[in-house]
Formats: sequence, structure tokens, C-alpha cells
Amino acid sequence: MLKIFSYLIVIAWLVLALFGFLIGDDANTVHLDAFLAEPSYQAWLGSDELGRPVLERVALGAQTSLFVALGVVFFSAIIGTSIGVLSGYLGGWTDRIITKVIDVFLAFPGLLLAIALAAILGPGIENVVFALVVVGWVGYARLSRAQTMSIRNREHILAARALAVPTPIMLYRHVLPLILAPLGVEATFGIAGAVISEAGLSFLGLGVQPPEASWGSMIKEGTRYLLVAPHLVLAPGIALMLVVLAVNLIGDQWRDYLDVKTRSVK
Amino acid sequence: MIAYILRLLGSVLFVSWVVGTLVFFLIHLVPGDPVAVMLGDWASPADETALREQLGLHLPIWTQYIHYLTGLVNFDLGQSLFFQQPVSDLIAERFPMTLQLAVMALLVAILIAFPLGIWAALRAGKWPDHLSMTVSLIGVSIPNFWLGPMLILVFSLGLAWLPVSGAEQPFSWVLPAITLGTALAAILARMLRASLLEVMHEDFIRTAQAKGLPSSLVYGKHALLNALLPVVTILGLQLGTLLGGAVITEVVFDWPGLGQLLVESIQRRDYPVVQGCILVISVAYITINGLTELVYAWLDPRIRVAN
Repeated sequence: MLKIFSYLIVIAWLVLALFGFLIGDDANTVHLDAFLAEPSYQAWLGSDELGRPVLERVALGAQTSLFVALGVVFFSAIIGTSIGVLSGYLGGWTDRIITKVIDVFLAFPGLLLAIALAAILGPGIENVVFALVVVGWVGYARLSRAQTMSIRNREHILAARALAVPTPIMLYRHVLPLILAPLGVEATFGIAGAVISEAGLSFLGLGVQPPEASWGSMIKEGTRYLLVAPHLVLAPGIALMLVVLAVNLIGDQWRDYLDVKTRSVK
Repeated sequence: MIAYILRLLGSVLFVSWVVGTLVFFLIHLVPGDPVAVMLGDWASPADETALREQLGLHLPIWTQYIHYLTGLVNFDLGQSLFFQQPVSDLIAERFPMTLQLAVMALLVAILIAFPLGIWAALRAGKWPDHLSMTVSLIGVSIPNFWLGPMLILVFSLGLAWLPVSGAEQPFSWVLPAITLGTALAAILARMLRASLLEVMHEDFIRTAQAKGLPSSLVYGKHALLNALLPVVTILGLQLGTLLGGAVITEVVFDWPGLGQLLVESIQRRDYPVVQGCILVISVAYITINGLTELVYAWLDPRIRVAN
């Protein structure tokens, strides 16, 4: 039941982000006569303070969150995994230095680092992605390092080493495939985290700039009209919460599926 | 134990130094000339030179760095451009408010998480378990910048029970603390449930049951106390995270703490204050994490030996 629900929400998110423009292309067109209009037949989710249809704005926000989430997870996972696998496989000094760097990053409150970077680099969607990657790669690095260390003395790797397989091929063909599953779970939770962080930065005015829409900036603008037009806050907030909840649920399911211990309890 | 404390202290100092260095270089990451960015387009060249000299930006970078570090050791974080006051004074004024908010949020989180987690563990696999774990998953997924306005809508604007914002009234802290504490409550409840379930399969629980102890004593004393250890660690680590999360909550509720000062200073391009806030919140976070490890090592001798 929850499973179907979570996949449906994620599919809806993708459809809204990719095909939202089909609903109508006036997400940024101002209609002052529709100022703070309540949901109606013309505008299903009502209109905002400039008379722009909220449904179209939510679709535009879906696009922003999808773009940022995919960008952040893609770059963080690639950078973090490369560093982590290398560190875990090579050991020695490389490992010691990389571990120290990871420790320093973990000792820094992540959200604050992202806020600092976004504030200094200036607002904009690319800077949001950059700031969240700088914060996000550490999780993948730590996980892939630990996973690599646990398998680096397996027979097939020792055999490959005895056959003098070069390190890059070794890591790519013999190490990486064995550690992909837990990294996939981490990436799933990473998507949820990136969606929330992007909205948070946009809420603080550090993310995408008007007239572009983000669920975070929509909530921020909507709070000014909370009493007269709560739909301005409700619509993007519910969209945001449902997407994060659905992605977290999927992550939970995959983790439970991979974890033999919890599977046997059930 | 003393060697362990010293090593921990060394690591806290090292990380604080790294953070300080990063914060120092932050201002040099500003695209273009930071002075022009801070003063805006209408500033005269004389003003720009004056500010450059006030911030020491005309000096070679290594001299600036040494000045900055000497300043830090003397708790001198520079001068705010907007308030024309020492940054350390501004922070000393705001920090207690942020700390108060974080501690209240922690209390709220404990009050919600303990009943929820224990109930779920005692009825594992049955509907109370599913219900409380679904509730906690929703708790993790609600962003605080949305939960805040929703609570204001219901409890301040709708029912008029609690103030909308600020910190002057006696119950002003309630909504911000709930907003900030909800996600932590959800994480704690899940941790506590998992930890309790693990402990309840241990031999000593079976022994306690076998010798006929009432189940309130078995669960309340034997199981709960042992399950608390990992939860305490998470609690400490999360107190630091709360300080970071407080930034958004303070903006939502206009709570006069460090986070609000940080965001306002970002908008005013008052970079000395931005640097100071980030540094202080980070060092507080690092210190709390260090203290948590210390408490953990004191509670569990195995940690000391392993390190």
C-alpha cells in the first residue's frame, strides 16, 4: 500500500517536472485581476499575489527540485564514491589523509556550510547545486570507503591482483559492482535531502531567484498572505512533503530489502 | 582516560582551526571585489578605500590571516558594517537565544520520541508500531520552514493560543521549539525503537523474565537503560545539528537568535557578521560533538579502549 503510494508520488513528481509546461505556459505571466484568487475551475490550486496560477508554479518548482536533486546526487555520488573507493582500496597514507578530510567535513554542520557557500557565491541554481555537492560528497565517500575495506581481501580481488590487473580496472570491475547496492540506498536518501535543502536555501532567499519558482521560495512568499490565502503555502508545502516522504519510504524499503537481519525479523 | 580527553581536545582544536581558516577564506570567494559588493554601486572610491583598510583587505593575504587568527584568540571577530559594533558583542547578545531554542527543541523531541519509540518497540510488528513509525517518517519528511507556518496558521491565527512570532511573550518559545524539535523527535523515536528491539533479544532480558520480574521492571529498568546508550550519543550529536537547523526556524518565527542575525547579515552583505556567526555556530557544534564523545566514552569503557 505504502509502496504503491510512494512510487505513484515519485512518478507524479517526474511527470509534473518534465511535462508541467503542457498545463499552460503562463506560470510567469502576471494576472493582477486574479490576485490571491482561491482555487477554482480556471486555476485548480488558486493564484498567488501576482495572479499567477499556483498549479503551474508548483510544476515549475518540481522542475527546480528535480534538477537540483539529480545534479547534487549525481556529482556527490561520483566524487564521493571515487574518493572513498580509492581511499579504502589503497589504504596507507592516502587513506589516512582522506579520512582526516572526511572527519573535518563531518565536523562541520552541513546546512550551515551550504548556507555560507550559497551566501558568498550569490544566489542561483548552479551555486545551490555546487554548495550541496560540497556538503554531500562526504556521505558517499565514508560509505564507499567502509564498504571497499570490507571486501578488499576477498578471493576474487586477491586473484585479480595476482593477475596484475591495473588498479582503475580493478576498482571499476571488481570492487564497484559489489558495493553499489548500499550506495544506491544512500543516493535515494540523498535525493530527499537535496530536495529539502534546495527548498530550505530558496526559503532563505539563497536559491533560485524570481521569477523562477522553487517550493521553498513559494512557501516564503506565501507566508506573507497566510491568513488570507493559505493555499499559497499549502500547495508547495504538501508537494514538497509528499515527495520527500515518498523518496524516504522508497529508501527505507530498499534498505530493509538489502538488510538480511531485518528481513528475517519480518 | 586523561590521554583520551587530551586527544579529543586536540582534535576539537584542530577542527576548529580548520573551520576558522575556511571562514577566513570565505570572504575571498566573493565573486569580484568584496568591498564593492558590500558597499554597492553608489559608493565613492574614498569609502571603498576606507572600508578596505578597516577590514585590512589591502594587506597581503598572509598578514591578514595572522591578524585574523590573533583576533580569534582574543575573541575579536571584527566590526559589523551595519551595526558599527564589534561582531563579538552582537553574537554574545544573540547566542543565548539560539541556545535556549535548541535546548527547548531537544526537550520537545525527548517528550515526543520516548513514548512513541517505546510504544512501537513493545508492540513491534503490530499496528501501534506501524502507526508510530509512519508518524515518525512523516516527522522526518516535514521541512521545518513549512511546519512552522502551518503551526502559526493553526495555533496562532486560527485558535489564537500562542504568539505568531518574536520572543517577548512567555509562551513564544513553544511553536519554534516544536518546529525545530519535530525532525529530531522522529529520528530519536526510530533509534529508540531499533535499540530497544535489539536489547530485548539479549540473554539478560530472558533471565530477568525467567526469574519472574514484573514486565514493567524488565522493560523499564533492564531494557530501557541499556537501550539508551546509542540514543544518548545521537542526542548529543543532534544538539549540534539543532544549532544549524535553528537558522531556518529563527527566520520563520522572527526569533532574535544567531541564525536570524546570520540571514539578515547575508542580505545586508555584512560579511564580518556572516563570518562570525558561521564560525561561532560551527565551533559550538564541534565542541558539543566532542563533549558527547566524552560522555559516551565515560559511559562505555569499550570506546576508550578501542580508541
